[in-house]
Amino acid sequence: MSDALLEVKGLKIEATAYPPGEPPRDITIVEGVSFAVEKGKVLGLIGESGAGKSTIGLSAMAYGRGGVRITGGEVFVNGRDILKAGPAGLRALRGREVTYVAQSAAAAFNPAKKLMEQVIETTLHHGLMTRAEAEERAVSLFTQLGLPNPETIGNRYPHQVSGGQLQRVMTAMALCPKPDLVIFDEPTTALDVTTQIEVLAAIKRAIVETGVAALYITHDLAVVAQIADHILVLRGGHMVEYGTTDHIINAPSEAYTQALVSVRSITHKEKTGGTPVLSVKGITARYRGTKFDVLKDVTVDLPEAQTLAIVGESGSGKSTLARVITGLLPPSKGEITFAGRSLPADFEQRSRDDLREVQMIYQMADVAMNPRQTVGTIIGRPLEFYFGLRGEAKRKRIQELLDEIEMGEGFIDRYPAELSGGQKQRVCIARALAAKPRMIICDEVTSALDPLVADGILKLLLNLQKIENVAYLFITHDLATVRAIADSIAVMYQGRVVRYGSKTDVLSPPFDDYTDLLLSSVPEMELGWLERTIANRKMEAAGN
Amino acid sequence: MHPVIKLLAQRIALGLLLLFAASVLIFIGTQILPGDVAQSILGQGATPETLANLRAELGLNDPPLTRYLNWLFAAMQGDLGTALTNGQDIATSMGKRLGNTLFLAFWAAVVAVPTAIILGLIAVRYQGRWPDRVISSITLATVSVPEFLLGYIAIFFLSVQFRVLPSLATVYDGMPFWDKLYTIALPVIVLVLVVLGHMMRMTRAAILNVMQSPYVETAELKGLRKFTIIARHALPNAIAPVVNVVMLNLAYLVVGVVVVEVVFVYPGMGQYLVDHVAKRDVPVVQACGLVFAAVYIGLNLVADVVSILANPRLRHPK
Repeated sequence: MSDALLEVKGLKIEATAYPPGEPPRDITIVEGVSFAVEKGKVLGLIGESGAGKSTIGLSAMAYGRGGVRITGGEVFVNGRDILKAGPAGLRALRGREVTYVAQSAAAAFNPAKKLMEQVIETTLHHGLMTRAEAEERAVSLFTQLGLPNPETIGNRYPHQVSGGQLQRVMTAMALCPKPDLVIFDEPTTALDVTTQIEVLAAIKRAIVETGVAALYITHDLAVVAQIADHILVLRGGHMVEYGTTDHIINAPSEAYTQALVSVRSITHKEKTGGTPVLSVKGITARYRGTKFDVLKDVTVDLPEAQTLAIVGESGSGKSTLARVITGLLPPSKGEITFAGRSLPADFEQRSRDDLREVQMIYQMADVAMNPRQTVGTIIGRPLEFYFGLRGEAKRKRIQELLDEIEMGEGFIDRYPAELSGGQKQRVCIARALAAKPRMIICDEVTSALDPLVADGILKLLLNLQKIENVAYLFITHDLATVRAIADSIAVMYQGRVVRYGSKTDVLSPPFDDYTDLLLSSVPEMELGWLERTIANRKMEAAGN
Repeated sequence: MHPVIKLLAQRIALGLLLLFAASVLIFIGTQILPGDVAQSILGQGATPETLANLRAELGLNDPPLTRYLNWLFAAMQGDLGTALTNGQDIATSMGKRLGNTLFLAFWAAVVAVPTAIILGLIAVRYQGRWPDRVISSITLATVSVPEFLLGYIAIFFLSVQFRVLPSLATVYDGMPFWDKLYTIALPVIVLVLVVLGHMMRMTRAAILNVMQSPYVETAELKGLRKFTIIARHALPNAIAPVVNVVMLNLAYLVVGVVVVEVVFVYPGMGQYLVDHVAKRDVPVVQACGLVFAAVYIGLNLVADVVSILANPRLRHPK
C-alpha cells in the first residue's frame, strides 16, 4: 500500500435495472476502475453522462445513490478500507475526512434551514469545534470564496441567494470541517458561463489555500484542465485513459480522449444577405402581473434558410423572445413580420399556416414528448394535423423523416423511454420538420446533451437546413455552439440586444464590455487559461 | 405590506366568508326539515288557536329571510336564542357542554398528535422493516374498525373483564381534576385510536416524499444518523401536509365525537345535539351547527396559517 490519501482498486459497482415489461436484472455500472489521489492533489474524473463519474466519486464515501451497490474492489481512505467500515465507521468518515459538493447546490441545501446552520452542521456534529469557532471558520471561508457580505450571508435561507453564490456556500460547507478530501460533482455545470469562471476561480483558490485534496467530476474537459493535476477519462464505467493533465490535454493516446479534446470540429461558413423570413421590430414584453420589462426594444432579422443565434446568460430574455415569436406571450409593444405578412401577437389569432410555418425544438427532449406514444405517433401527429395524411401515406412520410434524421428502420414503433438522449432530440427535430416549417426555434437544444452527441445534432441541423431550406432561430448560452452553426448573432443582456450582426462581426474586436466578458469566460482547453484570464481581468480593472 | 400578512388576511377573510355560507346552509337545512315546531311542542291534542298563537309567538310566520337575518344578527352578538323545549338560554347550556367536549378533545389530542408523529418518524426510520409494518398495520386496523365498536370492545376488556376503567364517562361540575381524567380515560383511548392512524400514515407519507430530496442525501453524506436526518432535515419540510391532517383530525375530535359521546354517555356537544334533534328543537340544532362549522373552519384556518408560516420562501422573501 502506498501513502495515498485515497486509493481505489478494482472497483465494481452494480445496480438493479427495472426494464418495462421484463423481470428486473442486475447491471454493472462500473468495473475495473483503479486510481489514487495523493494529499493536496486534484484528480479530474471526466466522461459523458452514464460514464459512471458521479458513482465513482461517491464511492470515495462508500455511498451508492439510489439502488446502486458497490460490489467489488477496495476503497482506502487514509489507509483504511472504508467498504468494510460499517455504518458507524462510515458516519465518522463522511463529513469529516471526505466531504461532497453537489451539482445543484440549490437542491442540495435544505430549504427550511438557514445557510450557517447547514454549513457548520457537520463540524458541530463530529465535535470538531465549538459553535463559535465553527461560525468564525465559516465566515472566513465565505470571505475566501469571495461571497458578498460574508458576515451575514449565513443568516439567509437558500432561496435568498443566487445559484453561483449557493455553489460557493456549498464549497464552504464542504471545507468547514477541514476534510482531507473534497468531492466536487459538476459544481459549475448548472451555472452561466460568466458565473462559472468566478466559482471555478474561487474553488481553485480555496483548494490551493487549504491544501485539501479533491476529486473533480465534470463532463467539460476545458474546465477540468484548469483545476486538476491528473485526469481519469471514463466511458461506460470503464477507464479509458489516466494521466497527468498535460498529457491528456496535449498528447492524448486513446482515440476516445482525442475525440473529446477535438470536439467542436464543425466548420460552418457564414451566409450573408438574403431576404428576412422573420423580422422582429421593437419588441417590448413583460409577464402578466409583473412590473418589469423582460424584453426591451428588441429588433432582429432572420434571413431565409439561415441561422440567427441568440446568445446570453440565464435571465437575459432569450427564451422570452421565443415565447413572443410563437405568440405564447403577446408583447406590449412592437411587431413581428413573418414571410412578408404581419403575425398576430396572440397565437390563438394565428392561422393554421402561421402555426405550421414556425416550429419549436426544446432543451428537454424527454419532457417534450408524450412517454406513452410511439415515435411513429409523435411524428405522425403534425402530418395528420397539417396535411391530413392517413394510413400508408402517413407511414411512408414518417419513414422518410426518420431517414432524414439518420435513424432508419426499426424506430417507428419504439417509445421515447427506449431511446438515448441524442435519439430523443432527433425525434423532436423530425416532429418539427414534419410540419414543413420555414423557421424552427431551437431553444438550448444541445445543452442537455454530451459534447459528442451534441456535435452530431448540430451537424444534422446544418444538413437539414441545406435540404429543407429552413431558417433557425438558435437560442443558446454556449458560444462554442454559436461559432459552429450561426450566420448572424444577437447578444442579449438584461432584456436588450447589446450586439447584433454577422458572426464574424460579432465575434471580432472591438468588443463591448458584456460581449468581452462573455467571450473571455468560455473555458478554453489549455493549461493555465483560468489564471491568465483572471490576471487579465485584474489588470484591466486596475488600469481603469 | 409583507406578503405573509397579506396572505393571512386573505385566509381569514375567506374563513369568515365560508362561515357565512355555512350559516346559510344550516338555516336552510333546518327549514326544509319536515314537521312543525309548534306542533311538536304542543303535541297531538293542541287546538288550532293555541298552535296559531304559539307560531306567532315564536316568529314562525315571518318570511324566512327576516327570520334568518334576525337569527344571524343575534348569533353575531353571542345570543343563540332559547331552547324551545325547556326555555333555557342556549348559549349558557351549550357553553358547559362545549367545555366538556373541548376537554375530551384536548386530552385526546395531547396523546394522539405527538404519538402519531413519533410513530410516523419511527416508521420512516425503519421503512419496509418490521417496526414499520407493525405500526402501519395496527394503525390501519384501528382506523378501519368503526368507533362505536372500538368503544364497546374497550368497555368489554377494560371495564368488564379487568375492571380498570369506568365505562360511563359522566363528569359533573366541581369534579376533582384527576377524577375527571380517570373518568374520561376510556373515551380518550378510543378517540386516540380512531385519529392516530390517519395522522401517522400522513406523517409517514409526507416524510417519505421529502426523503427523496437531494438535501437528504447531503445530510447523509455529512455522516448524520438516520433519525437525526429524518427529524431535523426531513420533518421541517413536511410540516405543511402533516399540520393539515392534524387539524382535520382535531376538528373531527370536536365535531365528530357524537358517536363516542353517546357510547360513553359523556355530557358533551354531541349528546346535546342528538337529544335536541330528537325533540325537533330547531334553535339548538342551528346553534350547534354554527358552532361546529366555526370550529371546523377555524382549525383549518390555523392549518393554513401554519403551512404558510412553515414556508421560508413566504416568511423571508428575497
